[in-house]
Amino acid sequence: MYAGRIEELMRQAEATREKRMQETFPPLTPEEKTQLLHDFHPDYKKGTKKKVRIGPNKGSSVPKEFADILEAYSLIEPEDCDLSRFDYDVDVLVIGGGGAGCAAALLAQEHGAKVLVATKLRLGDANTMMAQGGIQGADRPNDSPLIHYIDVIGGGGFHNRPDLVRALVMDGPKVIEWLEELGMMFDKEKDGTMVEIHGGGTSVKRMHSARDYSGGELMKTLRDEVRNRQIEVIEFSPAVELLTEDGKCTGSILYNLETQEFVIVRAKTTIIATGGSGRLHIQGFPTTNHYGATGDGVVLAYRAGCKFVFLDTIQYHPTGAAFPEQIVGLLVTEKCRGLGAQLVNREGNRFVYELETRDAVSSAIIRECQDRKLGIETPGGTQGVWLDTPLIDVLHGAGTVQSQLPAMLRQYHRFDIDMSKVPILVYPTQHYQNGGIEINEWSETEVENLYVAGETSGGVHGRNRLMGNSLLDVVCYGRRAGEHAAEKSKNVKPGNLTLEHVKRYHQELKAASIEPQRKSPMILPDYRRDDLREKAVEII
Amino acid sequence: MEETVTIYIMGKKYRVPSGLTIMKALEYAGYRLIRGVGCRGGFCGACGTVYRTEDDYKIKVALACQSVVEDGMYLTQIPFFPANKSTYDITEAEPTAEEILKEYPELYRCVACNTCTKSCPQDIQVMDYVQAALRGDIAKAADLSFDCIMCGLCAARCPAEIVQYHVGLLARRLYGRYVAPKAKHVQDRLKEIEERKFDQEMERLMQMGEEELKKLYVSRSKEPD
Repeated sequence: MYAGRIEELMRQAEATREKRMQETFPPLTPEEKTQLLHDFHPDYKKGTKKKVRIGPNKGSSVPKEFADILEAYSLIEPEDCDLSRFDYDVDVLVIGGGGAGCAAALLAQEHGAKVLVATKLRLGDANTMMAQGGIQGADRPNDSPLIHYIDVIGGGGFHNRPDLVRALVMDGPKVIEWLEELGMMFDKEKDGTMVEIHGGGTSVKRMHSARDYSGGELMKTLRDEVRNRQIEVIEFSPAVELLTEDGKCTGSILYNLETQEFVIVRAKTTIIATGGSGRLHIQGFPTTNHYGATGDGVVLAYRAGCKFVFLDTIQYHPTGAAFPEQIVGLLVTEKCRGLGAQLVNREGNRFVYELETRDAVSSAIIRECQDRKLGIETPGGTQGVWLDTPLIDVLHGAGTVQSQLPAMLRQYHRFDIDMSKVPILVYPTQHYQNGGIEINEWSETEVENLYVAGETSGGVHGRNRLMGNSLLDVVCYGRRAGEHAAEKSKNVKPGNLTLEHVKRYHQELKAASIEPQRKSPMILPDYRRDDLREKAVEII
Repeated sequence: MEETVTIYIMGKKYRVPSGLTIMKALEYAGYRLIRGVGCRGGFCGACGTVYRTEDDYKIKVALACQSVVEDGMYLTQIPFFPANKSTYDITEAEPTAEEILKEYPELYRCVACNTCTKSCPQDIQVMDYVQAALRGDIAKAADLSFDCIMCGLCAARCPAEIVQYHVGLLARRLYGRYVAPKAKHVQDRLKEIEERKFDQEMERLMQMGEEELKKLYVSRSKEPD
């Protein structure tokens, strides 16, 4: 619970609740939004980016943390690797066991392919599992894929790839129906009508949900179905390199995290669905992402010759938990704001329309705390603003937080905070990789027989993704990749397995005088205590 | 001087700062986790933990990423449990007790001891949803099990060897597919898409320059909250 000075400030925020309820806060004009982003969005912060010195995007600026894993040597020494035999021989290899990976695996199998799924941790350990708010899909009578298209493009700063957005919004209703058929338990009215609300940047209520376990329920349903259909899955075996022949992808090398051996997979087509990169902790931000979100897929595809787009833009979710210490950086779902919770500063005043796009709301919170000095200092010494969650029950009736936001309520309850009764402290947290590997509308990359789906890909969301479009993205493009990769595999002869692309990449690294100690992909972050990490020695 | 507590990780003693979650305490102690860690946010069920505190015989449960260490805590994680998972065809299934019992006949063995409920770190009424499933009350089983993150602690402690979390998910999938009415408006929209109602206008939008799109974006009307 809150105590001392924080409690006093909380009372101040509560005191203005009734007045605030009567206020309408004006949305930003396009000019105001541009200025706000420019002045306060972390993407624009000077000294945080680096030009990549090698590879297909040589000269492009990316966050330093990303440059570090792109400008790095393979974990495999190509000269020493025996590729004369392989452990698995499949039509379609799916790398990643999250939402996109599972959707891809299901569709690939439906299209007749022999499928193998390889995943770093367990099947379903993915950001999809953690998505709370919901999934978009233009299926209400007053909505249409056209309106959805405009919302997506505007939210992305008008930079999105039109063909990718078209696929996303036109597939939306189909994706919803597919999930409904699989038995995903959506929030519905008694007659079956989907309950849909606004998210930041939507002009029509389009957010379908499953309480605030939306991604969780989606993920559990897809995972269950992958198991029902007995698709082969290898867990705790991340991909550490792709295999190629004459510039085409022919498979991948996995690494068994427990037996510490390499596993060679020959595949006619390969789908990378490894998710995002929150665990790179760009600019030192905490993250909402799961433990394995280290950007591996971007590294692998880039080495094999794929280009990336918009990798310089990261989504900071406006409302990461800022207190208590134990949950700092974890997600406080946008659904709270969708249900009417207001953002409030130290003096008890609103400072931004809460359903602006995420980039704008995050920037406004940073401005409030850093520039206007109207944030609230947490006991940990960091800053935050109030998210006035009790408003939800005031607006929608007692018990709404309990029924609509059980995960959030439970999370705060564990630390003796009843968020249906008192506001909570929030601050932006690293949430989503807006850009990624360039794909076409069938998830194909520039490298033949290599597909990328979900957060690892880039282009569909432009420079800022809207809430609910990532769950839609993973299912939409997971399905597309799975279907297309399976069909494609029917006309592909298994290739030879080589690491030619890695040798070339290593030469480039050497030519750029990049020190040989730098290795990637990261696979897992290392959160051991610093002094212990330095002392640790592997002797067995 | 930072306040510390003593914990026992699989019986081995470590001193760690108070206030850390169990997961962060394991890392502070020097463990580099591979098993027993996932989303680190209370959603994935990878870090189910059982523990006992000194001077108490009671076995308690927690999620390592969501619970703070206590002084004298003896703890271990249960990162995997060899639970039985039935493979079924959802398109052939029926939303009945018979269906659930066909997939999981061990449900009959429930002795209503409530150990599952007491073992749930999400505070779900596990036994109640198992009983609802036994009665064929699919809606209730689905509703009560909804917040389950499938950490497996219930199954690990069940004397009847029931895998509650798979039963709950089966109930939810049956509910989602067969009990809840279908969303008619989704079907209507799919028909419109199939009839290519939006294709022409979509082409036009895709060809549109940035300025024109900006105008459309700014002038679009917003459905009231």
